[in-house]
Amino acid sequence: MAGGAATGGSSTSDTYAEARTWLLLPAWVTLGILVLAPVAIMLVYSFLTKEFRGGVIWEFSLGAYDQFFCNRGLFGDEPCSIEWTYIQIFWRSIWQAGAATLLSLAIGFPTAYFIATRPPRQRTLWVFLVTIPYWVNLLIRTVSMKFLLRDEGPLNDFLTGTGLLSEPLAIVNTNFAVQLGLFYSYLPFMVLPIYAAVERYNFALSEAASDLYAPRWTVLRRILLPSVKPGIIAGCILVFVPSLGSFLAPDLLGGARNFMIGSLIEEQFKGNAGNWPFGAAASMILLTMVLIILLIFARQQAKAEG
Amino acid sequence: MAKGKYDLRVYPGFRAITLLCLVILYSPLIVVMAYSFNASPSITNWEGLSLRWYADVFTGPESAKFKAAARNSFVIALIAATVATAIATLSATAILRGGKFRLRTVSFGLISLPLMVPEIVTAVATLIFFNAIGFDRGLLTILLAHITFCIPFAYLPISARMQGIEATYEQAAMDLYATKRQAFTRVLLPLMAPGIVSGFILAFIVSLDDFIITNFVKGAGVETLPTAIFGAVKQGIKPNIMAISTMLLGVSVVMVTLSWLISRKDRKT
Repeated sequence: MAGGAATGGSSTSDTYAEARTWLLLPAWVTLGILVLAPVAIMLVYSFLTKEFRGGVIWEFSLGAYDQFFCNRGLFGDEPCSIEWTYIQIFWRSIWQAGAATLLSLAIGFPTAYFIATRPPRQRTLWVFLVTIPYWVNLLIRTVSMKFLLRDEGPLNDFLTGTGLLSEPLAIVNTNFAVQLGLFYSYLPFMVLPIYAAVERYNFALSEAASDLYAPRWTVLRRILLPSVKPGIIAGCILVFVPSLGSFLAPDLLGGARNFMIGSLIEEQFKGNAGNWPFGAAASMILLTMVLIILLIFARQQAKAEG
Repeated sequence: MAKGKYDLRVYPGFRAITLLCLVILYSPLIVVMAYSFNASPSITNWEGLSLRWYADVFTGPESAKFKAAARNSFVIALIAATVATAIATLSATAILRGGKFRLRTVSFGLISLPLMVPEIVTAVATLIFFNAIGFDRGLLTILLAHITFCIPFAYLPISARMQGIEATYEQAAMDLYATKRQAFTRVLLPLMAPGIVSGFILAFIVSLDDFIITNFVKGAGVETLPTAIFGAVKQGIKPNIMAISTMLLGVSVVMVTLSWLISRKDRKT
């Protein structure tokens, strides 16, 4: 999808070929200095010694990674055994992001399919309706979700007031609240690629299968789903990756027990932990995970396109 | 197109799920908007319509803080979106009108990098970078960080628009003795205008909305609207915060609608 935007299209030309270096220079300089260089320096910082209450001492140390992976007992003098605390936080993040992805898929696929099968003139309006909330401040959306879901909130008022439930639902500070928050944060990323794939799908294939007596849901499972699979995978990645490192949803909706990677990292810089090398190391581990996922995805896309 | 019971395209329940999806997406926002007009200082009880929390935002005890934060937010968004749009326009011209060259794919990858690196990682890396080079954190660091992550958001609509413009227009101009510079400023740029406006608007909203990166690179005491809201929400959701949120939400929705209308009109012509 993104690669097509760079290389595809009939209306490319070489009109400004000799100026291209100068045209690209501002982007290279800005992104080189403010993205590439910072990531490189972050890698360096993850191998430095921590200064108490923030900052670093310029002295090589494996301390940050040691703290992440090794449990050396109460006094820090025992041989390394596996430290589970941080691995568990990463594992919980993967699990939460995965659950949020499935939730987005369960609701996003039917939505995308429904939109793609509307008459062409209505489609952009539907897509617009689904994407508007995405452009509303993520913080405001997450706070709004919390306001709606909290124990004395409007949702519980409604449920108890109408007699549907006798006790309010305690949703805030559960895993489910975080998943719902992540779903709310990134749903359009699931809907848009699936929508694009279904829109390109040739429904004559469904008709052919149906003429050969395939029931409706078999057509969906055996013909439609395999055809739009690249769109589904793209949607899942686009929801999973930002969910993995999210901070606002777990922080505002999850409470202390539902700590995720984002909160762990934030605490090293803004919170009380104040351990910059450790925060840099955790960020590097997260970045590596994300890049591996994106690489696998890119290779699969390349294979699918032949 | 076949309609009704035998329409293969229709799956039962999909319409209901779509409507449920819209309900989930909109109900939190609508509820907060509604409660921002609540007369009661409690966020649980409803005591009738009132604009008192909007008045509170502008004249209440915290109004100075909110005004400063709003001014920071809008100034940063304006400058960051302008610079990012300029950089994105030049880059799109090189990538789409600069022929085939070795760094083309790499350049595109670099421009989309801020979209792929998790936000919290960008935030940490930028903070560490400014710390390492001894750059004091403040408004300028926020601005630099915002320009960076706005570039891909500005780039996408601009390049989409440029792909739709036949290269023959500029060729025709140059056949009529326009210089390349004239072909660019007098032919390509005016044709690109809708894409550039869309790109600017998206970059503006993204800058206005950012919390995570701003929170890391801002100096002590410097606030933007999102960081001020976050600070306030940590003490509990208050009605004046809902009023600010509603106004900010309104700005985003109006701007996105504007961008959508521009690109839709553009598609029709």
